[in-house]
Amino acid sequence: MATIGNNSINAKLVLLGDMGTGKSSLVLRFVKGQFLEFQESTIGAAFFSQTLAVSDATVKLEIWDTAGQERYHSLAPMYYRGAAAAIIVYDISRMESFERAKKWVQELQKQGNPSMVTSLVGNKCDLEDKREVLTEASEARTYAEDNGLFFMETSAKTAINVNDIFYEIARRLPRAQPAQQPAGMVIADRPAEISRASTCCS
Amino acid sequence: MDEEYDVIVLGTGLKECILSGLLSVDGLKVLHMDRNDYYGGESTSLSLVQLWKRFRSNDKPPELLGSSREYNVDMIPKFMMANGTLVRVLIRTGVTKYLNFKAVDGSFVYNNGKIYKVPATDVEALKSTLMGLFEKRRARKFFIYVQDYEDDDPKSHEGLDLNKVTTRDVISKYGLEDNTVDFIGHALALHRDDSYLDEPAIYTVKRMKLYAESLARFQGGSPYIYPLYGLGELPQGFARLSAVYGGTYMLNKPECKVEFDTDGKAYGVTSEGETAKCKKVVCDPSYLPDKVKKVGRVARAICIMSHPIPNTNDSHSVQIILPQKQLGRRSDMYVFCCSYAHNVAPKGKYIAFVSTEAETDHPETELKPGIDLLGPVDETFFDIYDRYEPANHDEQDNCFISTSYDATTHFESTVQDVISMYKKITGKELDLSVDLSAASAAGEDA
Ligand SMILES: Nc1nc2c(ncn2[C@@H]2O[C@H](COP(=O)(O)OP(=O)(O)OP(=O)(O)O)[C@@H](O)[C@H]2O)c(=O)[nH]1
Ligand SMILES: [Mg+2]
Repeated sequence: MATIGNNSINAKLVLLGDMGTGKSSLVLRFVKGQFLEFQESTIGAAFFSQTLAVSDATVKLEIWDTAGQERYHSLAPMYYRGAAAAIIVYDISRMESFERAKKWVQELQKQGNPSMVTSLVGNKCDLEDKREVLTEASEARTYAEDNGLFFMETSAKTAINVNDIFYEIARRLPRAQPAQQPAGMVIADRPAEISRASTCCS
Repeated sequence: MDEEYDVIVLGTGLKECILSGLLSVDGLKVLHMDRNDYYGGESTSLSLVQLWKRFRSNDKPPELLGSSREYNVDMIPKFMMANGTLVRVLIRTGVTKYLNFKAVDGSFVYNNGKIYKVPATDVEALKSTLMGLFEKRRARKFFIYVQDYEDDDPKSHEGLDLNKVTTRDVISKYGLEDNTVDFIGHALALHRDDSYLDEPAIYTVKRMKLYAESLARFQGGSPYIYPLYGLGELPQGFARLSAVYGGTYMLNKPECKVEFDTDGKAYGVTSEGETAKCKKVVCDPSYLPDKVKKVGRVARAICIMSHPIPNTNDSHSVQIILPQKQLGRRSDMYVFCCSYAHNVAPKGKYIAFVSTEAETDHPETELKPGIDLLGPVDETFFDIYDRYEPANHDEQDNCFISTSYDATTHFESTVQDVISMYKKITGKELDLSVDLSAASAAGEDA
């Protein structure tokens, strides 16, 4: 859930989408400004946090990457539990990945957090010559509009629109949340935390 | 599936998931499969609809109970000792960052038909109504001895070598009554039977210290903590750890048949006609029924209620231990209660469990002393399950099988099994050195 305290919001953001669509690349581009042509399924890091300033608040996004569990449809329900935002990624050069993205949309609707900010992202838009999923004309954009998602095409490679999705999410996160039950405590190993405070782990 | 793995883990119960995570972190190539389409195996948490399907053979829970999805009913309910080994494992592996915990409100013990807050320190001993005036003072002295005892400070030993002297001898030195010994042994030191009395006192003293230190840790009314949304979160957290370190996850895999070569050594696992090769197989007893023996049965009752357990100061979460002697039984009985405060039920609802090692075929009558403590209940489910232990030799067949979960409502025995399996699988000791005093519980608002 998004939580607020003096204009600062903490929110869990999850990435979903078919394997190879560029989920990890999008996070890597956003958090570290990098792109790897042969991005290996990232080992040991699937949890990042990044703080962004939008006009009226500071938003700390806790970003969860799937760690490959979606590959054989084995994503654990805890993954989306309490998520305030989701980015569903497909690869514009693979129609199949768009079909899969629609399945994720349904899955999220079933999990039912109506206030979740959900975005549909067509990644790899630098691969225009291999495009299979059309932007307009009854495909991606219309689908997104029909399902109340906000939609963008991105490229983790050229960085087009990558920061924009994360900032747009930060802007759309609900500001006034009804008072929640206290979420309990996080048990943290303090010293270790400081040493990796820059990118990973709240 | 046609790859070769170091380890194939079968079943996503808590023990299997912790092992899978630890082994992946060690750099081993792990494939983790489950025949079910959900995580947790026997240690999953169920929604109300799932609960009804499992125990009532229909999927229509009464509407009165509220939204099915808001229920997370543990099948193996257990609390974690705040400074216990499981918390060390969680901190060591960083799995804590996927979970939120809340302290458990109360820890009680049953004595002569009534329940009392478990006194854990010299100060609490003096306040407790569990003991008479003179007994309190004796107990206080004993508690001070335990609190001051340090392995490396011989002065604090008061001339006793706790590695040699039995618990019985130490206790008789303080002249404690049987009732006091009972709550110390079973509710503080968490022994499951009375054999500890004839074992070196050090085991009991260490466990009492763990209890007291855990109690002091979060200023709660008990030494226990419990994750929001139920224990089902734990296996999922460790599975994620495993996946993050390269482990491959496949749920909903029928059959999962372990394949053996002519020497009887496991070399792979077949599901849906495909065989994945491996050097070792780790699994729960249900995946290798021919290699386990039945060692007991757990009787349990799962109750849904609309009020806290009476006489627990309105605790929204509580453990009550009923020592065997108090009931004239051979094994302790445990009551565990959790509620909407831990997000395991809708607002106003409580879930209580009563469990014990079954001594008869009639859980209804056997569990009565525990159930009688609950007051009126909305709904009760009775159940008995078999407990298994491995009966194989892992050095001969490469199979590492976990022991079924016992009736206790805390994790101490569960983690010991994981640690000893880890040692057998890897040949090395699990490094659990973490600075618990540096680890803190950061409060976070919703
Ligand atoms: N041309 C192009 N390639 C990209 C882009 N984003 C990612 N890739 C490449 O696509 C491949 C897969 O990217 P990942 O980021 O690993 O995809 P993923 O969704 O995290 O994949 P899994 O973790 O396996 O589910 C890598 O080789 C990337 O270099 C992009 O915007 N344009
Ligand atoms: Mg990835």
